[in-house]
Amino acid sequence: MMEYPIISLLLVIPLFGAIIVALIDGKNEKAIRWFALSVSLVEFVVSIPLYFYFDPNKGFQFVEKYPWIKSWGAWYHVGIDGISLFLVLLTTFLTTLSILASWTIEKRVKEYMIAFLFLETTMIGVFVALDFLLFYLFWELLLIPMFLLIGVWGGPRRVYAAIKFFLYTMAGSVLMLGAIIYLYWNHYKLTGDLSFDIFDIYRTSLPPSVIPYLFFAFAVSFAIKVPMWPFHTWLPDAHVEAPTAGSVILAGILLKMGTYGFMRFCMPLFPQAVGEYSYLFLTLSVIGIIYGALVALVQEDIKKLVAYSSVSHLGTCMLGLFALTPESVSGSLLQMINHGISTGALFLLVGMIYDRRHTRLISEYGGIAKVMPIYATFFSITAFSSCGLPGLNGFIGEFLTLLGTFKVYPLFAILGATATVFSAAYLLWMYKRVFFHEITNPENLKLKDLDFREILIMLAIVTPMFWIGLYPKPFLDKMEPAVNTFIESVKSAKNTFVVDKVVYNLEK
Amino acid sequence: MEIKDMALLVVLLPLVGAFINGVFCWKVGKKAHLIAVPAIAIPAVIALKLAYMVVNGLRFDDVVYWWITVGNTKIPIGFRLDELSTVMVVTVTFVATWIHIYSIGYMHEETDRGYAKYFSYLNLFCFFMLTLVLANNYVLLFVGWEGVGLCSYLLIGYWYEKTSAANAGLKAFITNRVGDFGFLIGLFVLYKVTGSLIYKDVIEKANLLTPEVATIVGLLLFSGATGKSAQIPLYVWLPDAMEGPTPVSALIHAATMVTAGVYMTARSSVIYSMAPIALDVIAVVGVATAMFAASMALVNNDLKRILAYSTVSQLGYMFVGVGVGAYSAGIFHLFTHAFFKGLLFLCSGSVMHALHGELDIQKMGGLYDKMKITALTFIVGALAIAGIPPLAGFWSKDSILHHAYVSGHRGIWLVGTITAGMTAFYMFRLIFLTFFGKPRDKHLVEHAHESPLIMTIPLIVLAIGSILVGFAAILPNGGFEGFVNKALVLREVGGHHEEEASFLIILSVVVALIGIGIAYSMYIKFAPDPRRLSQTLRPLYLLLYNKYYVDEIYFALFINPTVEISRWALWKFVDVMIIDGIVNGVANFFGVVSSVVRRIQTGYIPDYGWLVIIGVILICGIKLIF
Repeated sequence: MMEYPIISLLLVIPLFGAIIVALIDGKNEKAIRWFALSVSLVEFVVSIPLYFYFDPNKGFQFVEKYPWIKSWGAWYHVGIDGISLFLVLLTTFLTTLSILASWTIEKRVKEYMIAFLFLETTMIGVFVALDFLLFYLFWELLLIPMFLLIGVWGGPRRVYAAIKFFLYTMAGSVLMLGAIIYLYWNHYKLTGDLSFDIFDIYRTSLPPSVIPYLFFAFAVSFAIKVPMWPFHTWLPDAHVEAPTAGSVILAGILLKMGTYGFMRFCMPLFPQAVGEYSYLFLTLSVIGIIYGALVALVQEDIKKLVAYSSVSHLGTCMLGLFALTPESVSGSLLQMINHGISTGALFLLVGMIYDRRHTRLISEYGGIAKVMPIYATFFSITAFSSCGLPGLNGFIGEFLTLLGTFKVYPLFAILGATATVFSAAYLLWMYKRVFFHEITNPENLKLKDLDFREILIMLAIVTPMFWIGLYPKPFLDKMEPAVNTFIESVKSAKNTFVVDKVVYNLEK
Repeated sequence: MEIKDMALLVVLLPLVGAFINGVFCWKVGKKAHLIAVPAIAIPAVIALKLAYMVVNGLRFDDVVYWWITVGNTKIPIGFRLDELSTVMVVTVTFVATWIHIYSIGYMHEETDRGYAKYFSYLNLFCFFMLTLVLANNYVLLFVGWEGVGLCSYLLIGYWYEKTSAANAGLKAFITNRVGDFGFLIGLFVLYKVTGSLIYKDVIEKANLLTPEVATIVGLLLFSGATGKSAQIPLYVWLPDAMEGPTPVSALIHAATMVTAGVYMTARSSVIYSMAPIALDVIAVVGVATAMFAASMALVNNDLKRILAYSTVSQLGYMFVGVGVGAYSAGIFHLFTHAFFKGLLFLCSGSVMHALHGELDIQKMGGLYDKMKITALTFIVGALAIAGIPPLAGFWSKDSILHHAYVSGHRGIWLVGTITAGMTAFYMFRLIFLTFFGKPRDKHLVEHAHESPLIMTIPLIVLAIGSILVGFAAILPNGGFEGFVNKALVLREVGGHHEEEASFLIILSVVVALIGIGIAYSMYIKFAPDPRRLSQTLRPLYLLLYNKYYVDEIYFALFINPTVEISRWALWKFVDVMIIDGIVNGVANFFGVVSSVVRRIQTGYIPDYGWLVIIGVILICGIKLIF
C-alpha cells in the first residue's frame, strides 16, 4: 500500500495550480496555457499509481479519514473502490486532453484555466468523498466553474444555457440536500452520534415509510445529472453553448456523477426502493435509449446530435445498473468510461471543425474527407467506437450490459438493443453528410487538416478505444469485486462494505 | 511452427498489411501492393498447409487470450480449425490473393493515397473475414462479422464523392445492423440457455435447448444472415453495393463476405439440427430469394447489377442447401461460387476497364473480338453458374437440388430448378449483349482493348478453378461434402433414399440448356427489338425493371416515418414544446411571481413598518387561535 496521501494530493494539485495561475500575469497567455497543461499532466501522472496499487479484493483503499467539522460529525473521509477508480482516472485523463484542446481559447485565458483546474479538484472530490457533507460540498462547488465555463466562454445563447444548467441541477441538489439532512438526523436519533460518514449512514436502519421519499429525492437529483429521460433537456442546450473542453468534461465526467451517484448512494442506501421501482427506472432507461437516439437522428447541429446520443448511451448505463447482474453492472460501469472516451472524442472533433469554420450545422459541410483526411479518419474511428463496433470499446460495454440485462429482463434488453441500429444510423448518416459527397460549399475547400497538437490529442484518446475494445481485462478485473459488492448490497438489502481491511459490518 | 502460430499468422498478416498501408498511405503510395499482396498471399500458402494437416485428421480449438471475463461470462479470443473453417480459410485466402493481384492493374489510375488506402481496406477486410471464419466462439465471429461490414462500408464508399456511392455505403451498413440486431438477441438467448457462446460448449450443452428455444435462436441468428448474406427482406443493400470498385464487388460482395451467413448457419448446425421449423423457414426464404433476385436480373441492363442480383440468387441456393439440412451442400456451393462469381465480377471489371467505366450492356456488343481472354473466361464463369457439366456450378447446384428433392422438399426443388433456367438465361443474355452481335455504341466499343496481364492472369486462374473445383465432389471419402460433414452436427435422418438421382441431373442440365437457348434465340438468332418485347409485357417489365419498388416501399414504410416522427413528434413536440415548455414554464412562473412579490420591496421605511405590524398581528392571531 502506498504511504503518501495520494488522494489528497490529487485534490490539492489542481487547486494549487489554480492559485498559481491566478498569480501569473494575465497577459502572458502562453505561460498560463503551458503551466495549466503541466499541472493537469502532473495530476494525471500522479493518478496512475492508483491503478497499479489498487487491489480489487480490498474494498475501499487509499483511505484518509480526519475529523473535519468535529461538532457536526463531518469527516474529511476519502477513498477509492473499484467503482470510483476508473472515474477518477478518466477525470485526470480527460482534463489533460481538455486543457490541451483549449489552446484555441483566446478570451480571458487566465480565468479560464483557473476555472478548469478548480473544476478538476471538485470532480475528483465528488468521486472520492466518503462523507455526505464533503460529497455535497464538492457536488455543489463543481457547479460554479462549470457555470462560468458555459456562461463566459460559451456560444451565443450561453447565458440561457448556463442558467438552465445551473437551475436544473440545483433543483435536484436541493432535494438531495433535504434527504441527506434527514439521513443525518435519523442516524443521530437512532445512535446518538452525529456523523456524515457514509458508512455510518449506510448501516442505520430507516423507517420504511420514508424510504420512497428519500429514494426519489436522491434519484431525481442524480437522474437530472445522468440525464435520464425526461430530465434531459438541459443537456443539449448546455452542450451546444459550452466551449469544446466544457462539453468534453460535461459529457465525459459530469454525467457520470449521476450514474456514480446511483451506484454509490441511491441504490445501496435504499435497496428496498430499488426493488420496488426498478421497472420504472428500467422503462425510463429504455425510453432514454430509443428517444435519445431517434432525436439525435434528426438534429441539424452536430454537437446537438452528440448531446442527444449521450442521452441514449447513458440510458444503456442506467439499464445495466438496474438490471443488477454482474455482466450488466460491469458493462454499465465500463460503458461510463467508454462514453467518456468516445463522446469526449466526438466533442473534441466537433470542436476542431468549429474552430475552423465557426459553424456546427451539418448542412454547412459535405465532402470534407477530401480536404481533411486525417480528421476524417479519426472521426470515423470515434463514430464507430460510439456506435459499438466490435473490436472497439463501445461494443464491450454495450454487449455486456445487454447480455446481463437479457438474463433477467429480456424485453428491456431487446428494446435497449435497438440502439445498435439507431446509433449506427445517426452517426453514419451525419458522417456521410459531413464527410462524403462533393464539396459544394467553397468555404470548405480551404479547410486545413489537423495540426500536430490536434493529432496528439486524438491519438491519446483513440488509444484507449482500441485498448478497451481488444483487451478490457485490466479494466474488468479491477471492477469486478466492487461490482459484486454493489450487487449484493442492493439485492440482499444488507450492506457489507470493506474499507481497506477494516470491515464495517453493517448488521448491528 | 505450432498450429496456433500458423493460425495467428494467417489472421494477423493481413492486419499488419492494412496497418502499414493505412498509416503510411502518403509514403507507400503506388507501392502499396508490395505490402498488401504478400500480406494475403503468405496466409494463402499457410492455409494450404493447414488444409493438408486437417485432411490428415488434425483438429484445433484453442484460446489465444481471454478477452471478456465477467462473473461466469468468459469469452476468449480463440481459434477453431476444423474441416468447415479450413474450407473457408482456403477459399478466402486463395480468391483474395488473386483479387489483390488483379487490383494492381484495376486501381492503378487512382491517386497515390487512394491506392494505398484501397489496399489497406482490402487487407483489413481479409483480416476480419479470417477472424470470422476462424473464431471459436460467436462473439469473436461477431467481431469479424461486423468488421467485414465495416470494410464493406468503407470500400463501397471508396469513391465517396459520388452521392450514389456514399448512400450505398450507408445503406449497406444500416441494413446489416438491422440483421445484426436479431443476431445479437439470438446470442443473448443462446447464452441464457447454454451459459456459453463458445462453439465447443454450445455443442456440448445443446441438449439444454428445447426445440422451441432452438427454433427461436435459429431464426434470430438467421436474421443476421439475411442482412449479411442479402436474403429477403434485407437483400436491398447488395445491388447498391456495386458502387464500390469492381474487385471489391468480386471479393466482398460475391466470393466471401456475403457468404458469411451461410457459413454461420452451417457452423450453428447443432442448433438448427434441433429446429426443423427454422430450417424450413431458411429453405423457403432461400428459394424465394433465389427466384426473386433472378427475376430482377432478367431485365436489368447494368452489367454489375445483373451479377449482383445473380449473387443474391445464388446465396439463396446456398440457404436452400442449409435449409433442407444439407449444410455441406450449401458450403460446397459457397466454395464453387467463390470461384465463378469472383471470376465473373473480375471479367466485368475488365470490361469496364476497357470501356472507361461504362456499365450499360445495351450500349455494348461485339466485344469478343476486342478482348478474347475476358470474353472466354466470362463464358467459362457463365457456364459454371448455369450448371453445365462438368463445370463447378453444376456439381454444387445439383447437389443442393438433389438434397432438396430427396429430403421431400419437392416444391422448393421445383422453384430451384426453374430458377436455374432463369440463371442460365440472364447470364447468356448478358454474354450475348456484351460480347456478341454488333456494337450498339460504336464509339464506345471502338477503342476497347484487352486488359493487361496483371488482370487477365487472375481471370485465367479463376477460370481454371471454375472448371476444376467441382470435381472435389467426387474425391474419395465422401468427397467435399463428406469432408465438411465431419465438422457438423447433423440430424439423424432415417432411411436414406438415393432415388432418381440421374433423372434430376439430366433435368437440371436440360433446363439450363433451355435457358441458354432462349437467350440465344432472343439476342442472337432472331434478335427482336428488345423494346418491342418490353412493350408487350409492359407492366411485368416495369415491375421487374423497378426492382418491385422494394426500395420505395421501405422508404415509405420505415425510413421516412422514423425520420419524420423523430423530427416532429419527438424532437419539436415532446422535447421542445412539452418538456422544455414545462421547464421554462416553471422558470417563468417563478419569474412572474417574483416580479409581483418584488413590488413589496419598495425601499420605503414606512412601508416596511406597516409590513412588520401586519406580520406581528398575524403571528399573534395565529398563536391566539391555536
